[in-house]
Amino acid sequence: MVKEMKYRSVFDIIGPVMIGPSSSHTAGAARIGRAARHLFGREPKYANVHLYGSFAKTYKGHGTDVAIIGGLLDYDTYDERIRDALKTARKNGMKVRFYEEEAHTDHPNTARLKIGDDDGELELVGISIGGGKAEITELNGFELRLSGSHPAILLIHNDRYGAIASSTAILAKHEINIGRMEVSRKAQGEQALMVIEVDQNIGDSVLSELERADHITQVAKISD
Amino acid sequence: MFRNVAELVELAESENIQISEVMIRQEMEVKELTREQVYDHMEKNLEVMEKAIEDGLKGVKSHSGLTGGDAVLIQNYMKNHTPLSGNLLMDAVSKAVATNEVNAAMGTICATPTAGSAGCVPGTLFAVKNQLNPTRDQMVRYLFTSGAFGFVVANNASISGAAGGCQAEVGSAAGMAAAAIVEMAGGTPSQSAEAMAITLKNMLGLICDPVAGLVEVPCVKRNAMGASNAVVAADMALAGVTSRIPCDEVIDAMYKVGQRMPSAFRETAQGGLAATPTGRELEAKVYGISLKKE
Repeated sequence: MVKEMKYRSVFDIIGPVMIGPSSSHTAGAARIGRAARHLFGREPKYANVHLYGSFAKTYKGHGTDVAIIGGLLDYDTYDERIRDALKTARKNGMKVRFYEEEAHTDHPNTARLKIGDDDGELELVGISIGGGKAEITELNGFELRLSGSHPAILLIHNDRYGAIASSTAILAKHEINIGRMEVSRKAQGEQALMVIEVDQNIGDSVLSELERADHITQVAKISD
Repeated sequence: MFRNVAELVELAESENIQISEVMIRQEMEVKELTREQVYDHMEKNLEVMEKAIEDGLKGVKSHSGLTGGDAVLIQNYMKNHTPLSGNLLMDAVSKAVATNEVNAAMGTICATPTAGSAGCVPGTLFAVKNQLNPTRDQMVRYLFTSGAFGFVVANNASISGAAGGCQAEVGSAAGMAAAAIVEMAGGTPSQSAEAMAITLKNMLGLICDPVAGLVEVPCVKRNAMGASNAVVAADMALAGVTSRIPCDEVIDAMYKVGQRMPSAFRETAQGGLAATPTGRELEAKVYGISLKKE
């Protein structure tokens, strides 16, 4: 068989531990929200959530809305506070809006999140592929493809020489092996995005070292 | 990494170890974790399953009101009658139902392999437990064995109702459970594979047709059926019955049936029970109520 091994851990099958009712519509949705939260780096003041396909049609019954906002509050799939996420967000002053989109997307369970505050904004597209696994397919207009089966580092940087070399040198110094790497940019010399999938988990000290590297403007980690 | 059931069984038999041990060793290698880390993670999942069953047997109700309370009815019936299908089977059914009722009520569960099919593996485990009196270690191993077979299905076919219909969700979950029962009862790795094959064969073609798109009707009762199917298939395999079609070919057949299944039968709430007059009525009621609440 030559198929790609999408699932690599027994805990993809026996797990995740989660608040019901749906691994794809609830747990996967929470993971999309949490990825956005980690990339943004703080709790946003507003969140505009656009839901597509099956997400748009059944989100209320599955608690997809509650789960995404729970993720934005940094709750994991099993965090019981997910149930009250909408109330908590309101209490924290987060303005939340949901849009049921009619447009057809490649994947049936797709969400586009626009979150931000006075200091910045982030736009992310996530898909929930089944059994609680989620993938981020777009970030601030950059298309990306994360396998989801390895921890990944996302680096937003200026499109200058040396940006890539300085980042990979830091990883090499910490003996972190790179499994896959992708660089994309909107236009020459402008903002660019580096996606690095690694074999082991990355500590906070490595992340802050990356943040200080030449031409790097923002760093975030996605664990599997 | 084992890629199919044949390789999994071969690995276990050539090294003279259980399927669960093959899975534990692979997880340690792939994730670069110690045996204790891998084992402890699974033990925590076991605790979640146990708690979910306890909660479900106390009686829960889903937000939509479509499901809840059946696990209690079955347990009460068992106290006052001898179930025609036997105590162990009905116990498995009630515990599978309990798990999925908790899931529908937004309780905490462990997806096995999905939330919608979360009842089969723990339901059978905590019923078979009363007869086989396993150690805690054997109970944790039950989950690794289930996981090993689910791992093969997920990578070679699908465990998602949206992709492959209910056969891919409850079908896979039931097959995983059957294989694990066999190991716990002292069967061989190849008997586990036979039990998985027999179970999945009997669930081929099962569509995913949830009323109002919710993981409730018929999902909760499909888990009851998945659990019973697993127990029966495990008994057959332990008796020495084999599947004429090898397990990997059954998994492949399930995958191909799923690919050719119309989208109306793949978690879109457009066909099957979801499209019956009563199914539509319930759907209107569920969303009518939640719309008014806005």
